[in-house]
Amino acid sequence: MSSISIDDVKKLAGLSALMVTDSEAAALVEQLNEILGFVEQLNDVDTTGVEPTYQVTGLENVWREDELIDYNLSREALLKNAPDSQDGQIKVKRVLT
Amino acid sequence: MTIAEIQARVKEVGARKVVEEAITRARADAKHAVLEVIETRALKRADEVDAKLQKGENAGRLAGVPFLAKDNILTFDSKTTASSHMLENFEAPYQATVIEKLEAEGAICVGKTNLDAFAHGGSTENSYFGPTKNTYDDERVAGGSSGGSAVAVATGIVPFALGSDTGGSIRQPASYNGVVGLKPTYGSVSRYGVVAMASSTDVVGPITTSVEDARLVLDVIKGVDERDGTTIEIEPLLSTDKKLKIGVIRQCFGEGVDESVVRTTNETIEKLKAAGHTVDEVDLPTFRHALAVYYIVVPAELTSNLARYDGIKYGTQKDGADLTTVYEASRSAGFMDENKRRILIGNYVLSSGYYDAYYRKAQTVRTLIINEFNKAFSEHDILLSPTAPTPAFKLGENTGDPLQMYLADMMTVPASLAGVSAISVPAGTTETGLPVGVQLIAPMRQDSVVLSAAQQLEALC
Repeated sequence: MSSISIDDVKKLAGLSALMVTDSEAAALVEQLNEILGFVEQLNDVDTTGVEPTYQVTGLENVWREDELIDYNLSREALLKNAPDSQDGQIKVKRVLT
Repeated sequence: MTIAEIQARVKEVGARKVVEEAITRARADAKHAVLEVIETRALKRADEVDAKLQKGENAGRLAGVPFLAKDNILTFDSKTTASSHMLENFEAPYQATVIEKLEAEGAICVGKTNLDAFAHGGSTENSYFGPTKNTYDDERVAGGSSGGSAVAVATGIVPFALGSDTGGSIRQPASYNGVVGLKPTYGSVSRYGVVAMASSTDVVGPITTSVEDARLVLDVIKGVDERDGTTIEIEPLLSTDKKLKIGVIRQCFGEGVDESVVRTTNETIEKLKAAGHTVDEVDLPTFRHALAVYYIVVPAELTSNLARYDGIKYGTQKDGADLTTVYEASRSAGFMDENKRRILIGNYVLSSGYYDAYYRKAQTVRTLIINEFNKAFSEHDILLSPTAPTPAFKLGENTGDPLQMYLADMMTVPASLAGVSAISVPAGTTETGLPVGVQLIAPMRQDSVVLSAAQQLEALC
């Protein structure tokens, strides 16, 4: 496993839709490398022939009837939290430029 | 203060008066445990309970009992902030299933409690609104992330509060504040209407002053919910006083474990032996790697769950030249440093070229941890360890060192990764009077075993 560079942090920030300043990036390089250094102990664990566990209940394909559930919610109630709305719609900046 | 004591008071003076008293205590909160008081709706519901009681109707198993909910659980007539700038003004248009279930039994939500923003942390210092102070020492942390809920119960504002536990966030603050904290079996309680962190370990549970109260609250909130496809049924919560075969996890007594914690745990073990239980040591060698697994799996899951916060549909929005800049500016302003660290780690371990080395490897070690639990449970009814390696640490002590902060979760994360039932019970105090909790762990769906064992331990401490 390799260590993270300042360029890696900036690239990761872009992928995560986060802005980081140069000084934040420098601090993050140190902290992230410390955390990744810690988790590298897992290399010492022999997992030959062991399958991963992604969830513990064993549930698969939980179905319900495909019918409308009335949540008793008005358009106004749902738009109340939107930072920017107009004519009953959420307003977003132009997507295709 | 127990639920039974509050119920006696409801009988005496009525639900409205009891709720008013709880609201007065919440407003006088000197520890910053409570973020917001819900008054209008709470009093209206108290009046409804009183009307039913006056008519001699059944008002529910928790009629008139006030409670607080961690502020990552959606409630009516309040904000649900997750203690973040991102959701600082968010008002939920619907309620969480757990709140609906408690209301159906007559319980009354009187407010919301502080947490680490988005439940990322173990001290409540990552709250956008400032930390909650420890019940016993204003210079020490409440623990976390359900620190506000633990302190609110420990200081007697309400008899119970809801928390959420992803890696110890109910158990560790319960231990730090001398109250009972139950992390039920994964999937046993609906998460519909709960701000998601790590979907394979998140679970909602109660913080109470007695084990009996934890049993009662779990009995009300548990059950399959059509709105949460991960929910399962657990075994009935029957109480038993049968003698137990207890395994003490050897790996929990090594380096980094405070002397006072070791002493309190050993004293508890002696009391259990004297009471006729069989106690021996059990080896869970992969236990020591659980924290490393956790800090890969949980960031990976939460980075996906936090992708929804884009500043468009709801939440903090910051302007920018184009849509991408709006996303980036909103998320950068809305998240705390710890949120950002975890998002970045999560995206790193999931990224092309690193997925197998980190994420898949961690999930494979997780299987080994589960196998070791299963083996231990084939020979024991219950496993025992300290809840946390130290008593509550000082405010600011670990804020500059994320990894040191993570170590506070070392004893609670294995049960989270395995999905098993676990509880923290107050076991004693340090020489300076700080509470120390002991953790009991039982297999998935056997919350009744955890509760029965905890009740027996509680009687000895």
